[in-house]
Amino acid sequence: MTTKLKDLPKDEFVLSGNGACGGCPATLALRIIGKALGPNAICILTPSCTVASMGMTPATAYNWPSLNVCFATAGSSASGVVYAFESLKKKGKIEGELPTVFNWVGDGGTYDIGLQALSAAAERNDNFIHFCYNNEAYSNTGVQRSGATPRYAYTTTTPKGKREPRKSMPMIMLEHNIPYVATASLSHPEDLYDKVVKAKNTKGFKYIEVLAPCYTGWQFAPHQTIEMSRMAVKSGAWLLWEAEYGNVTLSAPTKRLIEGKVPKLPMAEYISGQGRFSKMLKGEDREERLAEIQSDIDREMEFMKQRAAIKL
Amino acid sequence: MKTVIDTGCHAVALAARSAKVDVVAAYPITPQTSVVEEIATMVEDGTLDCRFLPVEGEHSAMAACAGASAAGARVFTATSSQGLLYMHEVLHMASGGRLPIVMANANRAVFAPWTIWADHNDSLAQRDTGWLQYYCASVQEVYNTVLQAFKVAEEIKLPVMVNFDGFILSHSMVPIRLPEQADIDAFLPEYEPTWRLDPQNPSSFGNVTMPPEYAEFRKTLARDILASIDLVKKAAENYKEYTGMWDGDVFEPYLIEDAEVVVLSMGSMASEVEISVDHLRKQGIKAGALRLRLYRPFPAEDLRKILPKNTTLITLDRNYSFGMEGGVLFNDCKAALYDKRNDVRVLNQTIGIGGLDLTWQAMAQAILALLEA
Repeated sequence: MTTKLKDLPKDEFVLSGNGACGGCPATLALRIIGKALGPNAICILTPSCTVASMGMTPATAYNWPSLNVCFATAGSSASGVVYAFESLKKKGKIEGELPTVFNWVGDGGTYDIGLQALSAAAERNDNFIHFCYNNEAYSNTGVQRSGATPRYAYTTTTPKGKREPRKSMPMIMLEHNIPYVATASLSHPEDLYDKVVKAKNTKGFKYIEVLAPCYTGWQFAPHQTIEMSRMAVKSGAWLLWEAEYGNVTLSAPTKRLIEGKVPKLPMAEYISGQGRFSKMLKGEDREERLAEIQSDIDREMEFMKQRAAIKL
Repeated sequence: MKTVIDTGCHAVALAARSAKVDVVAAYPITPQTSVVEEIATMVEDGTLDCRFLPVEGEHSAMAACAGASAAGARVFTATSSQGLLYMHEVLHMASGGRLPIVMANANRAVFAPWTIWADHNDSLAQRDTGWLQYYCASVQEVYNTVLQAFKVAEEIKLPVMVNFDGFILSHSMVPIRLPEQADIDAFLPEYEPTWRLDPQNPSSFGNVTMPPEYAEFRKTLARDILASIDLVKKAAENYKEYTGMWDGDVFEPYLIEDAEVVVLSMGSMASEVEISVDHLRKQGIKAGALRLRLYRPFPAEDLRKILPKNTTLITLDRNYSFGMEGGVLFNDCKAALYDKRNDVRVLNQTIGIGGLDLTWQAMAQAILALLEA
């Protein structure tokens, strides 16, 4: 059953007065996530946009206990918090329902510098949710390439466009055979909400990645964040699915797309509104490059289609 | 009090059990490995009521300890050498975050080239991380100091490192006296965190700060680290009251009242130093020994007070401070004495690097050579 947007709880855990950019996808996503998690939660943050935007000491905009940790340590820090609560509960030193521990981390802290600790925590099946808000670059430091940056996107460290395709963290996490993996998009907030609720009610390691079109990094207008999110889903550049112990279920918009029930938005259209690709698509090899971009996404879709067909 | 015969590594694990730790996150490394194995076994067989977190590396070990400590648990870990170096970034977080983590470090020289034997460059490279640093001379002291370290850490809200020389102490099998648990509990009551991650009281920790707040945090940290010298002394006294055991407080002096030459060392080499002092005394040299038990905070005031007039102080440095004359200990002592005890002459000998054997004969020879130079 899908929750309706109007039925989401009115509680807010991202308070007004934070320092995020207008149209910031990470803040929008965390707002929805907060409604699903409720007050009994603990937030772990690695250096990223949200650390900069959550507000400075002593006033911060998050209404959960929040711990800032070293960049590479989302996986291990959250595990430490979880083990402490479990140990203290067992010893009778604390009472009540254990809080939901969650990481709020960008693609840098997930795909790249944080991968080792995250993989280890997933393999141990430690009981927390890792949220990755994926803006496809290191936006906080002024947009440098990450493992999530797609081919031919401009970043300050790929001034002539990234030459390599991105890797798929959701797929990598899927093959850790963990209780729950999901992807989500801001264009489908009810879907995000439901997935977070499911993760919250699942014991063990949970991974949820939200695509976070970042207008400063991707170079579009700040009011287009949701539109970009929607186009990402329609083009197949961002596939929506969830999986329990490796059993994949495609979410409705992606299922329709993969089954060919709705037309696929060409990548050329999806990226045409993104300044990060424009320079790389001006030359004579424009069509060739567009074909490569399209082929990267077609490959991801085909892989997902076949992976979803595997029933374990 | 009962006595067991066991290794330095197992003494560490036994001390963690006596301290009733809530969470241990650790990664194995030679020569610390059997600490991790023993704690994992204790947790598995139910003799230690604790969550053991088998992380994938030391950087994660310290991060997990920091997370667990922030959640209000009594937290312990152990490492050595490269593992300690790998933790470096998170060591700063632990002290800045005022997290009372206790860590045992089996001192081992650092790569490159590879070696597994002892010197002190691994822990001395962490000098400015804001951790208190003890150096132990015996297996018994390792056990005792882990417990004292918790006492100090939790009182001042600072992390503490207990150093013990790899192999020399970590693998030596000796009798260890284990105090009654009731006495330990009286010495070290349950940990009551003053703050922790608590959904009933949502607060943020470690956020971005502007320069005035940041400077204030660091100033308080620096002040409290210096002030912890008194707590270290108090903990040693207090431990003695409950257990009858004494390993010194910040120093362990040996025949220094009338000494004209005082040999300063750290860690397990101190017992050999004492033998060489006896030997020198037989040759008519008024020698004494001083073992520095607490390296950080450096007990500068105590050093100035304890040294007899017109002494020659010889520091035996089991380390290099590359690019500076003399070792780390030598330079710290000189800084502590300069302008305040100009009657003390300070000499230096680098010794025991990468596990080079430290015999009392070699030490006595080195001391004589320095005095004659």
